[in-house]
Amino acid sequence: MPKTMFEKIWEAHEVKENLLYIDLHLVHEVTSPQAFEGLRMSGRKLRRPDKTVATADHNVPTDGTPAAALIKDALSRKQVETLEKNAADFGVPVYSLGSETQGIVHVIGPELGLTQPGMTIVCGDSHTSTHGAFGALAFGIGTSEVEHVMATQTLVQSKPKTMRINYKGRLGEGVTSKDLILATIGKLGTSGMTGYVVEYAGEAIEALTMEQRMTICNMTIEGGGKAGMIAPDETTFEYMRGKRGVPEDFDAAVERWKQLPTDEGATFDTEVEIDASEISPMVTWGTTPGMVVQVTDKVPDPAQMDSPADREAAERALQYMGLEAGTPMEEIRPERVFIGSCTNSRISDLREAAAAIKGRKVADSVRAMVVPGSALVKAQAEEEGLDKIFEEAGFEWRGAGCSMCLGMNPDILSEGERCASTSNRNFEGRQGKGGRTHLVSPTMATAAAIEGHFVDIRNWS
Amino acid sequence: MEPINVIEGDVSFLDRSDVDTDQIIPKQFLKRVERTGYGEFLFYDWFRDGEIELEPNPILVSGRNFGSGSSREHAVWALHQFGFQAVVAPSFSDIFYSNSTKNGFLPVVLPEEDCRALAAAGAGKIDLENQTVSWEGGEARFEIDPETKRRLLGGLDDIALTLQSEDAIEAFEAGPGGSYGPVTTAL
Repeated sequence: MPKTMFEKIWEAHEVKENLLYIDLHLVHEVTSPQAFEGLRMSGRKLRRPDKTVATADHNVPTDGTPAAALIKDALSRKQVETLEKNAADFGVPVYSLGSETQGIVHVIGPELGLTQPGMTIVCGDSHTSTHGAFGALAFGIGTSEVEHVMATQTLVQSKPKTMRINYKGRLGEGVTSKDLILATIGKLGTSGMTGYVVEYAGEAIEALTMEQRMTICNMTIEGGGKAGMIAPDETTFEYMRGKRGVPEDFDAAVERWKQLPTDEGATFDTEVEIDASEISPMVTWGTTPGMVVQVTDKVPDPAQMDSPADREAAERALQYMGLEAGTPMEEIRPERVFIGSCTNSRISDLREAAAAIKGRKVADSVRAMVVPGSALVKAQAEEEGLDKIFEEAGFEWRGAGCSMCLGMNPDILSEGERCASTSNRNFEGRQGKGGRTHLVSPTMATAAAIEGHFVDIRNWS
Repeated sequence: MEPINVIEGDVSFLDRSDVDTDQIIPKQFLKRVERTGYGEFLFYDWFRDGEIELEPNPILVSGRNFGSGSSREHAVWALHQFGFQAVVAPSFSDIFYSNSTKNGFLPVVLPEEDCRALAAAGAGKIDLENQTVSWEGGEARFEIDPETKRRLLGGLDDIALTLQSEDAIEAFEAGPGGSYGPVTTAL
């Protein structure tokens, strides 16, 4: 019987019915302390430190602070130091502040070769869906489940439904995978994928690089999906080859991984078709990632919306965002620009953003910052001279971490400040209380930084 | 986890959809390393700005896609520690729903018209054993995974239950599945 990629991975990891074995547990400082404490209080061990890895990302300052003990914010310092102590006590490898491999948990997994096709991967972080880009089953969990995985290396799970989104055609010039996933969420809604593991497929997906694919799987959760997946192929294998954590006999592993893609004739609970060639550069206007339009559109009018719930939500969002219905998106003027986050902070994102600068300067009205996803991405970018390009243009060049995606560190928006951000969430207050977030691709963010307002990257020379 | 079965009393109504976990418990309160003390920070900005007012009644009713966004279990801790025992909504994010059931905090999915009727009634009764929600003038049945229900009714410890399958886990680890993936300690 033909099977989906999800079914193959699920069945290969069933210890017994509804009990799933976990191949890799990624840990960070915010959602793990209570789980480690739970182990201590019940006298349990962490079952498989060799399938666990920890990093400090959410809280860390990006100002070059070299070690946890030197973090100025007392609570952040305590949380990162707690992670280091917990990791030491339970034998878990940890890449904390100052490590050459520290970084956002969803950036370091792939770059260290820990993320591999066919694996089950979990983390106490909703953007764990990122790792599905390699044909892994990867999803976010809460702290109770983090403790469960630590103690048992398994998770109690009931089988989710499956969805496949087929993208026909190719993305146009200047249109990125960020635009593809924003357009998809705009179409399906913020709960359109709830209860589903989603496989992204079709010509447009196959044409993407691994880092572009990660951006798509990363934002699956913003559409409510449990996990996003993309079939592994030559692009996947070439990206992985030579990375630290990959199997010693790489070619043999590739042969096994080639068995993973969904079989011809396998059925999904739901199938969706989207024409990728019709997707434009996207900008969010509201306070959920589903509140999104093409950059060439205008801010929508709530009065035109069908359901009372949508209307009320849109009215509240416009008030929060300080926007008038009917305003062309290209007239919106961000004062801040943030290039970073587990969605768009990898080396190719930084290369694309830097390439768009072409000797120009950040507008006087804008403060712009670039936060590499990991210490390795930062080092690579500096080797290529990208840091100089950014700094000469007027961008701040920062240390690695989650930074202004969620503002747990000092990188936050002030009340009322408007930001073009390459991150994943435009929720109220996400980037700072009263801050107004517009989600865009790295090149769109760069263009907004230089022009001082959003522009259609396709017509921007 | 404390066992739960019948939750009865007044209803608080938060008439919004897409209430995300960043609103339920803003990030500045995630720096704490404890599991308690979050109730006072619930809906911190919305409460402080006078945007909403909610009494700590046993039942909270809200709109679709409740608990979307971040996986922070702190959101469940904050709602529970504030005083709510159950939340009723037309839909939930998967992670929030799961986190709730790990804390003896009951998420109940009902169609929007039933949510509104319950909110309008101002009080109600949730019966987990019989999977019903009733209020003056109405009653609705809700679905819940039988295993999740059993664990909530018994206040069972997930980890202790799973460790009863220790033999099965060991057998799995002894097979090819046990060595799949990288060895993190060898990097």
